[in-house]
Amino acid sequence: MNAQNLASGSAYFIAKETELPVTTVLSVLVDNEPGVLARVIGLFSGRGYNIESLTVSETEHEQHLSRITIVTRGTPHVLDQIRHQLERIVPVHRVVDLSVRAGELGNEKPIQRELALVKVAGFGDNRNEALRLAEAFHAKVVDATVEHFIFEITGKGSKLDQFIAIMKPIGLVEICRTGVAAMNRGAQGM
Amino acid sequence: MTAEKQDSDSHASKRREMTGAEMVVQALIDQGVKDIFGYPGGAVLPIYDELFQQDKINHILVRHEQGAGHAAEGYARSTGTVGVMLVTSGPGATNAVTPLQDALMDSIPLVCISGQVPTSLIGSDAFQECDTVGITRPCTKHNWLIKDVNDLARVLHEAFHVAKTGRPGPVLVDIPKDVQFATGMYTPPETAPRTSYNPKVQGDIEAIKQAVALLASAKRPVIYSGGGVVNSGDEASRLLRELVEISNFPITSTLMGLGAYPASGKNWLGMLGMHGTYEANMVMHDCDVMLNIGARFDDRITGRLNAFSPNSKKIHIDIDPSSINKSVRVDIPIIGDVANVLEDMVRLMRASSVQPDKKAIGEWWSQIDKWRARKSLSYTRNKDVIMPQHALERLYALTKDHDTYITTEVGQHQMWAAQFYGFEKPNRWMTSGGLGTMGYGLPAALGVQIAHPNSLVIDIAGDASVQMTMQEMSAAVQYNAPIKIFILNNQYMGMVRQWQQLLHGNRLSHSYTEALPDFVKLAEAYGGHGIRCEKPGDLDDAIQEMLDVKKPVLFDCRVANLANCFPMIPSGKAHNEMLLPDEATDEAVANAIDAKGRQLV
Repeated sequence: MNAQNLASGSAYFIAKETELPVTTVLSVLVDNEPGVLARVIGLFSGRGYNIESLTVSETEHEQHLSRITIVTRGTPHVLDQIRHQLERIVPVHRVVDLSVRAGELGNEKPIQRELALVKVAGFGDNRNEALRLAEAFHAKVVDATVEHFIFEITGKGSKLDQFIAIMKPIGLVEICRTGVAAMNRGAQGM
Repeated sequence: MTAEKQDSDSHASKRREMTGAEMVVQALIDQGVKDIFGYPGGAVLPIYDELFQQDKINHILVRHEQGAGHAAEGYARSTGTVGVMLVTSGPGATNAVTPLQDALMDSIPLVCISGQVPTSLIGSDAFQECDTVGITRPCTKHNWLIKDVNDLARVLHEAFHVAKTGRPGPVLVDIPKDVQFATGMYTPPETAPRTSYNPKVQGDIEAIKQAVALLASAKRPVIYSGGGVVNSGDEASRLLRELVEISNFPITSTLMGLGAYPASGKNWLGMLGMHGTYEANMVMHDCDVMLNIGARFDDRITGRLNAFSPNSKKIHIDIDPSSINKSVRVDIPIIGDVANVLEDMVRLMRASSVQPDKKAIGEWWSQIDKWRARKSLSYTRNKDVIMPQHALERLYALTKDHDTYITTEVGQHQMWAAQFYGFEKPNRWMTSGGLGTMGYGLPAALGVQIAHPNSLVIDIAGDASVQMTMQEMSAAVQYNAPIKIFILNNQYMGMVRQWQQLLHGNRLSHSYTEALPDFVKLAEAYGGHGIRCEKPGDLDDAIQEMLDVKKPVLFDCRVANLANCFPMIPSGKAHNEMLLPDEATDEAVANAIDAKGRQLV
């Protein structure tokens, strides 16, 4: 939890936090140069902010730009600080709070998608059940033997959570998730 | 490269081939650097070899890399230019961490060039290797590791640009040894900065208009200025003075902002905050409109946050958007450089049809005069023992007509210096505010003296702090830098002891120095001049002797051992709950902080 929200233990004059924390999605456009991710992550750990999910990849190869998507949680005041602190990092071009922006556009939330690879092993009825459920969730089989499947599933985090929960009793072996990719609806860019 | 050859190149340096080490020197010349502070070592030898073969850049050899950093900070702060330090890899770089963080917290423009092991050895735990960019990432505004010599010149110029623009701060360029030897293309400084870095200097005119209207409606206004005014430059200080003049508002300042408004000015309330004056803190608490100019609501300033200036509307001018609403929520934020914003503000104020309410402000001043009459900086003189406050009053009286620069260490002496030394101009006061680095003052004084060889440079020091970087006396002697180290010697870490008295039942755990060096002999051992003064009656003559000696001086001023620094806002208390010197009996001190406040610092 954010250091500023702790009532005691931390030193100095700390006012009690009265605002409630909310979850938000930040899109951060950065120069794709060595160390830039370390700067962003170091900022979060150094200042006691949360990271619930983080994805990063080069999105504009010619301009050497990467887009970092961070799901974070904090009070509106802390989220404002996070945005300003990110903007201070020299290779950071822009920081957009997608959740706030979605509100401005009249949407409830930005579009958020995640991809997961889910390995399930088993025999007999369990195999049939796994395949049937995968179909219901629109998960693809990307690898299979007589004793296992690897499913690829894409969707909202909650859908992935649900799929994984259902697979658990059937023979879940391992999971790999990408973290959230997000953007806002409509014709406008970030 | 020979010095003659460089002469012909230096004025209009162009694109041409040179080694990485040559590029470092050429970039420094092109950036207008005259003096740098450093310490050689294996991984920077090629750069030192280049320095040896030229005479444009003057290199000051310190005795420890921390000294190089603080000297560069003092140099930067007293000149308004960028300070430069040069260190080797590994321990050279780790020793630079303290001054880098110090410069980050006090917004001092500093360029640190560090050597690194050759690129091929990075990551192999080579001799004197450390992850310099990793270690310094959180304590610099930005840093770079150079892997290709063709990037070096561009990055060096960018480093200077980032250090001095926006909210100034330290940067570091880490240069592996093979890159220093490699040959590549040098490029002269560019005007176009990188696109992702573009600090806003001009304030939003609508916000400034709102601020002017709010100021005009104020009945109990205050101006609270900070280091941002000093960093912004002389024009900002001039505009601040003009603003005070036309508005007749009272003005107080943070530790970092002293000198932007003259201490002799009639609207001056003195410093505010934990050891600020009673009138400054009461004005902050009771005001109805607060204009924060280039300060950041530091926790040493605000006291208990939920009791900080509870009934005021707040305007905040700051170049750093992350300073806005960080700890104190403000009503009108203005993001921009102080000089640019004040220029608009003063112009709009002069043109405004609504002028400040003279009657209300007159009444406000009569209230302030009552607070002033409380004389919160008073202390009891003593015939036999030098009171530290008295020593500083005499030091001020005897040096104020000189061209004086003051640096300090950290502790009680620092607060007394801020309270009792009057600063008339900006850039005359160099102190470690944010980080609170004991050992800052002596090397900072060296840096100031290198920048201003004919001025009087005094480090107001404590006996504990000064020993942290005492070795730089040797550098001061080497470069004929006649710095004056005025040590208020009470044999204690006075501020630590004061807190132990306040918070820890007077159990003085390890705050008394059982054995101190003989500072007079120590000065002589370094080749400087030592003075000891033990009686109030001898003080003026001793200070005069210090001023007359054209050598570095260690002045051992033996002061009352148990004097404490008041007034004080005890931790967990509000501005209007100050502990004043005449109320600070042993009992009051012991009970000043309740159990809750004890957890705070």
